[in-house]
Amino acid sequence: MTLDVFLQQLANGLMLGCLFALIAIGYTMVYGILRLINFAHGDIFMMAMYVAFFTITIFHIPWYISFIIVIVVTMLLGILTEKIAYKPLRKQNAPPISLLISAIGISYLMENVAIVLFTGRPKDFPQIPFFTSMTQLGPVRVQNLAIMVPFILIILLVVLLYLINNTKSGMAMRAVSRDLDTAQLMGIDVNKTISFTFAIGSALAAVGAIMWGMRYPQIQPLVGLTPGIKCFIAAVIGGIGNIKGAVIGGILLGLIETLIVAFFPGLSGYRDAFSFILLIIILLVKPNGLIGEKIADKV
Amino acid sequence: MKTDLNKKYLPLTILCIIVLFALVILIDPVGPLEGKIDPIFGLYVSRIIKISAVYAICALSMNMVNGFTGLFSLGQPGFMAIGAYTCALLTLTPEAKQAVFYLEPIAPFLANIHAPFIVAMIVGGIFAAIGAFIIGFPVLRLKGDYLAIASLGFSEIIRVICVNAQSITNGANGINKIPTDITALLIFVVLAVVTIFMLVMMKTSYGRALLSIREDEVAAQAMGINLFKHKMIAFVISGFLAGIAGAMLASIVGAIDPKQFMFTLAYTLLLMVVLGGQGSISGSIVGAFIVTIAQEVLRFVDEPINIGPIHYPGISGMRMVVFSILLMCIILFWSRGIFGNKEFSWNRLFGKKAKSKLKKEGGEA
Repeated sequence: MTLDVFLQQLANGLMLGCLFALIAIGYTMVYGILRLINFAHGDIFMMAMYVAFFTITIFHIPWYISFIIVIVVTMLLGILTEKIAYKPLRKQNAPPISLLISAIGISYLMENVAIVLFTGRPKDFPQIPFFTSMTQLGPVRVQNLAIMVPFILIILLVVLLYLINNTKSGMAMRAVSRDLDTAQLMGIDVNKTISFTFAIGSALAAVGAIMWGMRYPQIQPLVGLTPGIKCFIAAVIGGIGNIKGAVIGGILLGLIETLIVAFFPGLSGYRDAFSFILLIIILLVKPNGLIGEKIADKV
Repeated sequence: MKTDLNKKYLPLTILCIIVLFALVILIDPVGPLEGKIDPIFGLYVSRIIKISAVYAICALSMNMVNGFTGLFSLGQPGFMAIGAYTCALLTLTPEAKQAVFYLEPIAPFLANIHAPFIVAMIVGGIFAAIGAFIIGFPVLRLKGDYLAIASLGFSEIIRVICVNAQSITNGANGINKIPTDITALLIFVVLAVVTIFMLVMMKTSYGRALLSIREDEVAAQAMGINLFKHKMIAFVISGFLAGIAGAMLASIVGAIDPKQFMFTLAYTLLLMVVLGGQGSISGSIVGAFIVTIAQEVLRFVDEPINIGPIHYPGISGMRMVVFSILLMCIILFWSRGIFGNKEFSWNRLFGKKAKSKLKKEGGEA
């Protein structure tokens, strides 16, 4: 492999990794607060892509307005998911396993609703020249988007960390994730905080979905499944519950996936298996992820 | 219904078993009756009942790890895939194999082996059990959500291998022309054997150890239960059952491809177990029958309906939406399922008339 090809693959991997990272943050935030794998996250991501498709391609709304609509709709959808699938169970004090089953159920529901509403036929995600035209950077030829994505990720990350560490709602989130019951006793509106968490996670998924759509422009109702699972894996690799961990895990996963296929083209069919193998290795060697904190079992 | 073989209800139990046996023969005539009489409800119903029974075995397999041992594993589709592919490769005749593997010839060591279905099914089960044993080493060290996602991951890896190992599995095209000579009688006999095995096992110290692991791992360990060993045995048995169920599914449907073993299959199985009641053997069986039959019955919502002036145009896929809404309702409002973690019993059935209708199906299943 020549250096040029390597750099090209590196750029592709970095882009994929940044997209994984954006979606992984949503998983990690929800997990941090509820100790729950939000299986529906991948489907929220899918819905965001369809909203973008309809606003831009069907209703011809300019993309900058459309993106705001996508983010708002996705946030509402995230909150709605929480209200339907998780809040009633939380009230019943259901065991964690019921929450997980409910998460699977709502994800299944969203997929089937999407199949009815949008049909199973793949649709083309709108191409916006501002993002999707190609740029030559030395030997590397990439979409404009690939240059923007890392910056978008960094900006969103800084904003998010500020929000969590320096604002009142952020403090409430941290308190709820540490101990839900005590936080409630301290006068924190737990339900509002959880909704807020879902809203932020979903907004990031929406940003990820828009960019994912421009990079891989074919959308169908099950498009969220694989990215959804992989991003959860990314969150676990980084250390679930830790936002910086999710970003590191996401980028790492994107790079590894792209580079392994680049170096061993014969393995390209097994692409989707790498992330799972990596997950299992990480869980065995470092169960709390690369930079996760240790959570002791309560007896 | 086998749990309370007290004298009072013994005749009733025997009667139920005989009726059930007769029904099984009638929906899919075998032996001397074969070809002489038609299946009483037609081939369509007979096929659905067969598939339901196979899913009941899958649900029992899932209940073994999820319901009894409290391990949230979603690896069943992978084990089913192993069983199904093993069975398909063993039952296909060498000539049929050549026709099926037209893109890339079959691996030479597989080209000429051939075995009757029963052997193929058991070999499929054993391979799946070996798979479970290998996977169990890393996966069973994990807990809760991590276990779920890792087992799901392994199941996906198996599926990805099925897509890519062209010369063994025929890749994404799958394998068709699998002999479909499996009878309902055989499936129900296997189901009965599995059910009795489970009932007996749960009475042994081993079964109780599993239950104690579910209730409290730390306490179970403190009582001297070897957690890893017990979890592993449960996982391997569950893998074996999923393997034979996969083999039977291949033999009913006649064609398999990797897409059938997506992880959404694990969701469907989970629904069956949850609907029946986690940790209930009769619950898993009833759940499997209800879910499989409901999926077929709900087909009417895909078709156009005219009720007087109201015209419903029929939306394909609507059935799955209704189905998933039902699933959500069960999870949210009825999370203990039909049986909770108890078993079917005549005493309870006659004790509580109000719910008798649902439980009766347990007797027939």
